[in-house]
Amino acid sequence: MEKLIEDFSLGLFFWQTLLFMALVLLLWKYAWKPILSAINDREEGIKNALAAAEEAKKEMQNLTSDNEKLLKEARAERESLLKEAREIKDKIVTDAKELAQTEGDKLIKQAQATIESEKKAAVADIKNQVAQLSVEIAEKVIKEQLSNKEKQLKLVDDMLGDIKLN
Amino acid sequence: MRNPLLVKFFLVFTIFFSMTIFAKEAEISSEETKTDLKTEIDEYIQHHLKDSHDFSLFSYTGSDGAEHHAGFPLPIILWDDGLVVFSSSKFHHGEEVATSGENHYKLDHGKIYKTDATGTINYDADHHASNIKPLDFSITKSVMMILITGFLMLLLFGGLARSYAKNGGIAKGVGRFFEPIILYIRDDIAIATIGEKKYQKYMPFLLTIFFFIWFLNMFGLTPLGVNVTGNIAITTALAILTFLITNLTGTKTYWKHLFDPLGDSMPWYAKIPLYIILIPIEVLGIFIKPFSLLIRLYANMQAGHIVIMSLIGLMFLFKNWIGSSLSFGLAFAISLIEILVALLQAYIFTMLSALYFGFASEEHEHAEAH
Repeated sequence: MEKLIEDFSLGLFFWQTLLFMALVLLLWKYAWKPILSAINDREEGIKNALAAAEEAKKEMQNLTSDNEKLLKEARAERESLLKEAREIKDKIVTDAKELAQTEGDKLIKQAQATIESEKKAAVADIKNQVAQLSVEIAEKVIKEQLSNKEKQLKLVDDMLGDIKLN
Repeated sequence: MRNPLLVKFFLVFTIFFSMTIFAKEAEISSEETKTDLKTEIDEYIQHHLKDSHDFSLFSYTGSDGAEHHAGFPLPIILWDDGLVVFSSSKFHHGEEVATSGENHYKLDHGKIYKTDATGTINYDADHHASNIKPLDFSITKSVMMILITGFLMLLLFGGLARSYAKNGGIAKGVGRFFEPIILYIRDDIAIATIGEKKYQKYMPFLLTIFFFIWFLNMFGLTPLGVNVTGNIAITTALAILTFLITNLTGTKTYWKHLFDPLGDSMPWYAKIPLYIILIPIEVLGIFIKPFSLLIRLYANMQAGHIVIMSLIGLMFLFKNWIGSSLSFGLAFAISLIEILVALLQAYIFTMLSALYFGFASEEHEHAEAH
């Protein structure tokens, strides 16, 4: 211990403290600060780049999944559109059929009605003509018959008999 | 040792070393010189472990018999009733009296004493010099190495910092090697012990202290032979900084932990007898923590240097090629371990400092867990 104390040189201690502190300060300013900040910057850069790559990867995944979703949606839409179109077509066809049916029925009914009325008119016309003809015939017959007395009387009798029948 | 080339190289190297020792043996071989060599090695190691006032790289005995030193002098700065500055070359490696103005100084075991003109040093009963010691603020070998290391760190890490700006956030050049270490200190030392929220303000100190200790430890292993981190003054300065930062940034929770460790778990009258023992222990703890830091680093580096230098010295003592090559191999192995220890001690100092900062910056919600 005594030897240690004897070996202790105050001058060397003084210079060491002074020079070492100066060295710390100088190195701090000119070396450690720029070195550590450069290393930190580089590490930050690497970290950021990695994070950005990860982000890009995620985005890419999102994009592909989005695309798939869109495709699926489009497919579903097409399907539904087709289905709708088919339904519309079916409806139109059935509607048209129904309409044609009713229209046809109506036409047939009208035709029938016309036919009926025509028939009636025709029958009435025939009746008229027949009546006219019969009147004419009767006239002719009467004219013929009235030319002789006997026949006139008989006719009157027949006619009277006819009225009774009616 | 799977590489045969490496084994061959190693073998040739060891044999070559032993041969040179053989050659030396021819010159000096008596028992007397052996004990002389022993004390010389011992003194050399002691000298090496200490700080020095001049930057000597090696010394040799010239053909004229005089000892020559290769290296360069460093400035001597003394406070002796005024500033005294002169070059350490005036001491001639402790052999002569340096004169500055009216004052005379002499080196004795690496320390400067004020003497008279002839350089007389008076010793007391314990062989300690009793002369006046002026305050010594000299730029010694250690201070020089601190300056060089600091300059190197500024160059290296300043360059690294600039390369980020130039290359768009990517390191280039030599600094690239240090980036993973900086990241390790940030992630596995600072964030792990202090936490994500507060680690940033401690980072400059932790990074500086780690690289400072590591580099100086490594310099200590080079043939420059500087023992900076194995100097008690250096480790004390570092530990005091850790101590100051720990206690100056201490939160309310930290101080509450110190002086009221039991909290509301028991009534106040029950706590009194416990606290008579607990609080002194806790308070002692704040001083023991940095003290253990300074002793650990000092002892490890000092011991490493002593072991390596002793083993190298042993080569010259054995004077036979089996023992010498053996101690060379041992010195080589220890050197490899020392390289690891250099890093390990820097890591431990940084890690424990961070741990203490972690205690100091503890927040309340974290303390609830105790």
